[in-house]
Amino acid sequence: MPAEDPPTADPAAAAAEAARLAAFDALIADDKRIEPTDWMPPAYRKALVRQMSQHAHSEIIGMQPEGNWITRAPSLKRKAILMAKVQDEAGHGLYLYSAAETLGTTRDEMLDALHSGKAKYSSIFNYLAPSWADMGSIGWLVDGAAIANQVPLCRASYGPYGRAMVRICKEESFHQRQGFEILLALMNGTDEQRAMAQESVNRWYAPALMMFGPPDAESPNSRQSMAWKIKRFSNDELRQRFVDMIVPQAEILGITLPDPDLRWNSERGHHDFGELDWAEFQDVLHGNGQANSLRLAKRRAAHAEGEWVREAARAYAERTATSERMAS
Amino acid sequence: MPNPPQPSSAVLTPEAIAASVTGQDATVRAADDVARYALGLGDDALVLAQRLGSWIASAPELEEDVALGNIALDTLGHARSLLTYAGSAWDQTEDDLAYFRDEADFRCRQIFERPNGDFACTIVRQLVVSAYFTALYRGLAESTDATLAAIAAKAVKEVAYHLDHASLWTVRLALGTEESRRRTLTGLEAVWPFVDELFAADPAADAVPDAAVAPAGLREPFDALVLPVLARAELEVPAAPALRGGGRLGVHSEALGPLLAEMQVLARRHPGAVW
Repeated sequence: MPAEDPPTADPAAAAAEAARLAAFDALIADDKRIEPTDWMPPAYRKALVRQMSQHAHSEIIGMQPEGNWITRAPSLKRKAILMAKVQDEAGHGLYLYSAAETLGTTRDEMLDALHSGKAKYSSIFNYLAPSWADMGSIGWLVDGAAIANQVPLCRASYGPYGRAMVRICKEESFHQRQGFEILLALMNGTDEQRAMAQESVNRWYAPALMMFGPPDAESPNSRQSMAWKIKRFSNDELRQRFVDMIVPQAEILGITLPDPDLRWNSERGHHDFGELDWAEFQDVLHGNGQANSLRLAKRRAAHAEGEWVREAARAYAERTATSERMAS
Repeated sequence: MPNPPQPSSAVLTPEAIAASVTGQDATVRAADDVARYALGLGDDALVLAQRLGSWIASAPELEEDVALGNIALDTLGHARSLLTYAGSAWDQTEDDLAYFRDEADFRCRQIFERPNGDFACTIVRQLVVSAYFTALYRGLAESTDATLAAIAAKAVKEVAYHLDHASLWTVRLALGTEESRRRTLTGLEAVWPFVDELFAADPAADAVPDAAVAPAGLREPFDALVLPVLARAELEVPAAPALRGGGRLGVHSEALGPLLAEMQVLARRHPGAVW
């Protein structure tokens, strides 16, 4: 990793610093990619580590609500699809941790920050998934919102992040389709199945809309992130795009989106929608959701219970390396 | 022996097998006695996949969430192919067989029912069953039954990776730390009494000697795959006596009931529903 130089009073060094910053700014202005060995401002590096590790943490915490349904999936085909999906999420976590490691922070450091509660993950996973229909809602709405957020990240200015996102987005689009398909099967099924689907969408709709983050006026990190071309569209723009996308899909499903203010606005060419409960958003964000402690406790337990395995793998690798050295 | 006629490679996936045995253009239907044999093999894979599926999101590291998930998914694929084919004899779907049979109607061998235990216990079970599957599917790829041969030809490539994964971990855990060795020994002692049952007589196999692989004949190739791994791991075959088994006759351990209850609960609450 290129070390960050300490601040200096030396005028020559200050000029060199200014030149590096100018070169960085020019790369960003030209829509070129920043690569791991390029110089970058410390704040850019920090913002990326924060965003990429949060994204990775969201993938692995996000395995839990769906992983909990693998053993009960109501058909073998659904079981296979769900297993493949949860496994994809583990894979996304791996790419993202690896991409973030190119910025000089190790996976262990990032995981420690998650386990200690210092690092955040997407608040959506602090909602519970007690119904099979939630597998549909998570795919359709949660992964749908994630895609709306993530497709522009394929063009993120940091190369390893943008490239990881290309692969992730392809898989996410499959995830969204399978969620839609689960709901479609339920809506074409028995009365009980239809009720199951509607009840689930009623719970997930508003939390999914809040996944884009607070309104632009209250989003402190967004402006800088957009200036650096890590982020390309504002929270409110992406939320609007998502609502416009799901309304016709809900019609195909025959499902009602639980928002009495939701209607087409022909002047704007977009759907208007009701005010979201930002107090709830803040509450869940600050640890008071239904599942915050549950998700973190399960993650910590899996990590703690696996410690002896990781220790054994390290010990065996060291032993093998030593015997190879002795032999050569 | 001459190679049996092979169905086109399109028959290999569970969906393609389902397409070939159901619907208007159904071209394949298992004979009743072949179906009984396929049912036992399908149950082995289904019950194991159900066990492995509960590791996801709880593995010791992210790489193992991916690996165990992959192995579970492959194994579930084998189960689906075998059960779909078996069901074709009786106009039943894979889901009819998986979700609407009771415990005594299952034909899995008992080793597949064993609870996961810790990671070492899961790995030792996985070493044993992957070696068994490797020997089985190699043999079954030569079956006179073209569908069984095709299912096995796909599966044999996948279980080779499963065996590799389990072998590497067995050695690593056995020679890693004192704790990992102790846990591996405990796992081996718990799993080994179930090994002999894998090679015990299976009336369903005896009934179709050309289509099936005789279980007794799998012992030798199994030993050839497993014993060198145990030797590398500096582990000895436990002396504990073999358990009586009986899974192929519908005799199961107490672990199967709760596993099925969990697997079947939602489907049974909505009989006739399509998912």
